[in-house]
Amino acid sequence: MNNSMVSMDKHRSVGTRPERIDAKEKVTGSALFGTDIMMPGMLHGRILRSPHAHARIISINTANAESMSGVFAVVTANDLPEADDMKEKLGESTINYKFLRDNNLASDKVLYVGHAVAALAAETPDIAENALELIEVEYEILDPVLDVRESMSTELKILHEQLRTLGSTNDKSTNVAQHIHHVKGDPSLGFDEADVIIEREFITAPVHQSYLEPHAATATWGKDGNLTIYASTQGAFVTRRQVSQLLQYPMSKIKVIPTEVGGAFGGKNPTYVEVPASLLSYKTAKPVRVVMSREEVILGTGPGSGTSIKVKMGAKKSGKITAAQAELCYEAGAYPGSPVDPGSMAIFAAYDIPNGQIDGYDVLVNKPRVAAYRAPGAPQAAFACEQVIDELASSIAMDGIEFRMMNAASEGTERINGKLHKSIAIKEILGIIDDHPHYNEPIQGPYQGRGVAIGFWDNWGARSSVDINVNSDGTVNLISGSVDLTGSRTTVAMQAADVLEIPLEKVKSSMVDTDSISYADTSAGSRTTMATGKAAVEAAYDVIGKLKLEIASLWNVSIDSIRYANGVFSSNKGKDTNMTFQELAGKLSGQVTGHGNVNVEDWAGAGGGTIVDVEVDPDTGQIKILKCTVIQNAGKAIHPGQVEGQMQGGVVQGIGWALYEGYEYDKNGKVLNANLLDYKLPTALDVPNIDAVIIEKPFPSNPYGARGVGETPIISPAPAIANAVQKALGVRLHRLPMTPSRILEEIGITSE
Amino acid sequence: MKDFTYVSPSSIGEVVGLLSENEGCAALLAGGTDLLVQLRNTNSDVDVVIDVKKISQLNDISYDVDNGLSVGAAVPCSQIYQSDIILEKYPIIIDAASIIGGKAIQNRASFGGNVCNSSPSGDAIGAMMALGATCEIVGSNGVRTVPINEFFIAPGKNILMTDEILVALKVPPPKQYSGSGYIRFTPRAEMDIAVAGVGSYLEVDRKSDQILSARIALVAVAPTPVLSTSVAQMLIGNTPIENTIQMAASLAQESISPITDVRGTAAQRKHLIGVLTKRSLNLAVSRVK
Ligand SMILES: Cc1cc2nc3c(=O)[nH]c(=O)nc-3n(C[C@H](O)[C@H](O)[C@H](O)COP(=O)(O)OP(=O)(O)OC[C@H]3O[C@@H](n4cnc5c(N)ncnc54)[C@H](O)[C@@H]3O)c2cc1C
Repeated sequence: MNNSMVSMDKHRSVGTRPERIDAKEKVTGSALFGTDIMMPGMLHGRILRSPHAHARIISINTANAESMSGVFAVVTANDLPEADDMKEKLGESTINYKFLRDNNLASDKVLYVGHAVAALAAETPDIAENALELIEVEYEILDPVLDVRESMSTELKILHEQLRTLGSTNDKSTNVAQHIHHVKGDPSLGFDEADVIIEREFITAPVHQSYLEPHAATATWGKDGNLTIYASTQGAFVTRRQVSQLLQYPMSKIKVIPTEVGGAFGGKNPTYVEVPASLLSYKTAKPVRVVMSREEVILGTGPGSGTSIKVKMGAKKSGKITAAQAELCYEAGAYPGSPVDPGSMAIFAAYDIPNGQIDGYDVLVNKPRVAAYRAPGAPQAAFACEQVIDELASSIAMDGIEFRMMNAASEGTERINGKLHKSIAIKEILGIIDDHPHYNEPIQGPYQGRGVAIGFWDNWGARSSVDINVNSDGTVNLISGSVDLTGSRTTVAMQAADVLEIPLEKVKSSMVDTDSISYADTSAGSRTTMATGKAAVEAAYDVIGKLKLEIASLWNVSIDSIRYANGVFSSNKGKDTNMTFQELAGKLSGQVTGHGNVNVEDWAGAGGGTIVDVEVDPDTGQIKILKCTVIQNAGKAIHPGQVEGQMQGGVVQGIGWALYEGYEYDKNGKVLNANLLDYKLPTALDVPNIDAVIIEKPFPSNPYGARGVGETPIISPAPAIANAVQKALGVRLHRLPMTPSRILEEIGITSE
Repeated sequence: MKDFTYVSPSSIGEVVGLLSENEGCAALLAGGTDLLVQLRNTNSDVDVVIDVKKISQLNDISYDVDNGLSVGAAVPCSQIYQSDIILEKYPIIIDAASIIGGKAIQNRASFGGNVCNSSPSGDAIGAMMALGATCEIVGSNGVRTVPINEFFIAPGKNILMTDEILVALKVPPPKQYSGSGYIRFTPRAEMDIAVAGVGSYLEVDRKSDQILSARIALVAVAPTPVLSTSVAQMLIGNTPIENTIQMAASLAQESISPITDVRGTAAQRKHLIGVLTKRSLNLAVSRVK
C-alpha cells in the first residue's frame, strides 16, 4: 500500500465543487431506486406483522391465504434453515445470525409491534395486502417491557430466556445483553478534588433515520440456482453475507445489485425484506418484489436507540475537570446490539479527563431492534455530556468555550477506555467558535438564547475495492464495490482523476454488483470517500505503474527512467519520449486494469461543533431556530460542497432529534405515531440557513489527508439547542425531543 | 387499496344521480388530500369515486355586495389566496388557506373538502365558522342551506345525506367595522395539524367602540369545531381592550374539555386555547375596518 500523500500540485479535481455524477438522473426522476425495479412476471410480496409487543406464537395457519386466488406462496420462519448462533461484525454493528433470522421472520416469539411473522407473494399488491388478513396467527400475549430502566431490573418480563449478560458470571435470565465498563484513574478521588459537581439524568426517545425511500428488494431465484437481488442497501456485500447466512446458501451464488438508495443513515445495513423476497421467489420460481410502506418502515425497521443516561462531572473553580462518570443505558430493542459501545466511546471523547468511569448497558425492550443511525449512540451521549459541561462552566462563572478549551482533548490524550487520541482538532474548533462572528454578536431580543456544543466521532476505515479500466480513447471506467449514498461516486472519481492526472470528465464512475468486483464493506461510519477514495488512489497508481511498463517496452527504455507528470509520460533515455495519457491509451498492447483493494486500519475521527440561536415563545412553548453555524474538521474536503451538504444535513437531523422526533408508545407497546404526520420531521420552514465552516487538519495516513465527515455533524445540534433554550428561558431540558408541551411543563404553565 | 371506479361528471345533477345510484358506496373527490389517504389506509367500502372538479359551480369564487362571497366547494386553497376580493374583504380565509398542509397540499386541498371531511382540527372550518358561513347543499330533494356550525356531528361525521353534495360555502358581505382572524398552533411550521386553533370575528360600533357582535370558533378541542357562545356573549357590549380580551381567553378555556392524544395533551390544549383566543382576537381587532 502506498502511504504517502498525493502532492498538492496534483490536486486539480480534489478541493473543487464539480457537479455530482448522479445529480441529473436523480433530480429528473430517472434514477432507479429499489422501488422502481420491475420484472416480467414479477409478484408482489407483503409481510404480516405482529399486532402485539410481546407474545409467544402458538401457531400460524397459512392455508386460507395460500388458497386465495392470486396468491402464489406464503413463507414463515419454518421455511428458513436454522441459523448459527454466531456473531459477526458487519458494518458498524455486530450481528448475531440467530437473532437476525428471528428478526427477519419471527420463530417462537414476537417481540415488538410490527415484528415480521410471515410473508406472501401475490399477483398484485392489493391481493397481497388482502391475503395477509387470511393468515391466522395464534398468540399467547405476554407483558411487554418498554422502559429501559424497568427492563434492566425486571425478572418477569424477559424477552429471551436464554440470554445472559455478556461478561457477567451471573447465570440468570436478563434483558441486559452487555455491560461495558471503563475506568481511568481514580474517579472517587477525582470527585473529592472537585469544587463543584453536577449530576444529571437525561432521557432520549427512539428516533428513526426516516430515509425517504422505504426498504425494497426484488429477488429472482433462477433455475440455475443463482439468486439475484436488487436491494436498496448501503452495502451490497453485507446484504449478500446476511442472505447467505440466513439461507445457508453459498455467497458465490448470490448476486446483490445495489440500486440507487434514497437515504440510509445506518438503517440499511440489516436485511429485512431481502430474505423473505428470496424465499418467496424460490417457492414461486418468479421474481418477487417486497417494498415496505412508511408504517412498516417505522414499525418494522431499526430506529436509533432510546436512552437513559446519567452523567456526573466535577471541576475545580479554576476550570479544570477533575472527574467524570457516566451510566449509559441504551435500548437495543428486541435483540442485543444497541450502539452503547460507540456511545460510551463518544461521551467524553472531546475532553481530557484525568479520572473517569463509564458504564454502558445494552438493554432489550419490546421495540424494534435498533439499527445504526448516523454516529450511532453519540448524539444521545452528547445531549447529556454537553449540557453538564455547560452547567459546570456556568456554576464556576466561566465562559462555556473557555471551559471547554481548558479541558479539550488533543493528540495523545488518553481516553477513558484507555485508547489514545490520534491527530484531532477539538481546540482548533473551539478557537473557531470563539472567534466566529455568530458567537460574538449580541442576542437580538427577549426569550432568545445562544447555545454551543461540540462532539467527536471515531469514524471507520475498513475494506474497499476499486478497479479502473483504461479505454483506448484515454477515458477510464472506475467501478467500486461501495454503495454511493452521499455522492461518493463523484468524490472517489475525483481522487482517482488527480492521481491519473486526467480531467474528471474522463472518469466514468459507477457502483457495481457483488459479482463484478471484490469485497467492500458497507458504506457507513463516514468511511466511503475516505476509504474507497484510498482504494481509488491505489487503483490509479496501479494503472500508472502498468502504463509505465507498457511505455517502457514501447520506447525500449528502462522503467525507472519513465516520469509521469502533468498527464505526460516522458523518459530521459532515448528520443521521442513524450506521450500523453490519451496517446498511450490508444497504443496499448494489452488491457490495463488498476486494482485497489484496501483495508484501512489507520483512520482518524473528526470533531465538530454547533452554534445555535433560538427563540422560545413562552406562551406556546414553541422553539424557533433563528440561526445556526456548524463547524467541522474534514481533514481535507475532497468536495467542499458535499462536505457542507453533509454538515447541513446532519444539523437538520439533529434539529429533528432536538425538537420534533421520537416514537410514542402506549402502555401495551403500540406505536402511536407510525406515520410522518405524527412522527414529526423538521420541514424546510423549520430549519434556518445553516452556515457551514469547514476546517482542514489533514490526517496524514490518508492520501489527501481526508477524514470521515458524514456522522459528526448530527452530534452537537441537540445539546447546543438545549443549551440555547436554557439561556432563553432559564430552564434546562433533560429530555428529547424538546416539544412545545414539554417546554410548557418545564416552565410550569401546564403539568404532566 | 381496493379497486374502484372513477367518474368525473360535469353537472351537479349527474353527481346527485350517481350518489343515489351508489348509495353509501360512493365518495366525492375534490383535491383528494383527505380522501386518497383514507382510501389507502382503511378498509373502505368505496366502489365509486366521483371527481367533482369538472363541475363549474364548484370551482367558482364570486362576490357581490348584496349576497357576499361564495366559494365553490372544490376551489383549492392556492386559488383562494390568490383572490383579491378575499384578500381585501375576508383576510381570515387567507389565514386558513395559507396554512393548510404546505404549498403542494394547498394546490389541491379545497375548503369544501375540509368542511366535508369534518375533522375536529379543520382549519378552513375554523375560519368559516368565525365568519358565520352557510353551506349550500344539493341532493335529490333539492337545495338546502345550513349554517356551518350546525353541519358537524362528530369527528368525520356531518349532516350530509348519502345523496347530497356540498356546492359552495357562502359568507355574508362584511359588516362595516368588522374584523376577523384565524390562528392555530402546530409544533412544525408547515405540514402539520392544529393542536388547537381559534377563529375570531368581531364587529364594533365605531362611536362607542363597543363590540356589537362576535363569533369565536374553537378548533381541535372538541369532537367537532365549535362556536363558543359564552365567549361571544361576554364580548358583546364590551370594548375590545386588553382586559376584555383576557376575559374572553379565560372564558374560552373554561368552555372546553379537550382530550389528550398523540398531538397534544389536554392541559396543553386548554392552555393554548387561551393564548390563541387572545392572539386571534387581537388580530381581528387589528383588521377592523
Ligand atoms: C400532508 C397533509 C397536510 C394537511 N394539513 C392540513 C392542515 O394543515 N389543516 C387542515 O385543516 N387539513 C389539513 N390536511 C387535510 C386536508 O388537506 C384538508 O382537509 C383539505 O382541505 C381537504 O380538501 P380536499 O379537496 O383535498 O378534500 P378531499 O380529500 O377531496 O375530500 C375530503 C372529504 O370530503 C368529501 N367531499 C369532498 N368534496 C365534497 C363535496 N363537494 N361535497 C360533499 N363531500 C365532499 C370527500 O368525499 C372526502 O370525504 C392535510 C392533509 C395532508 C395530506
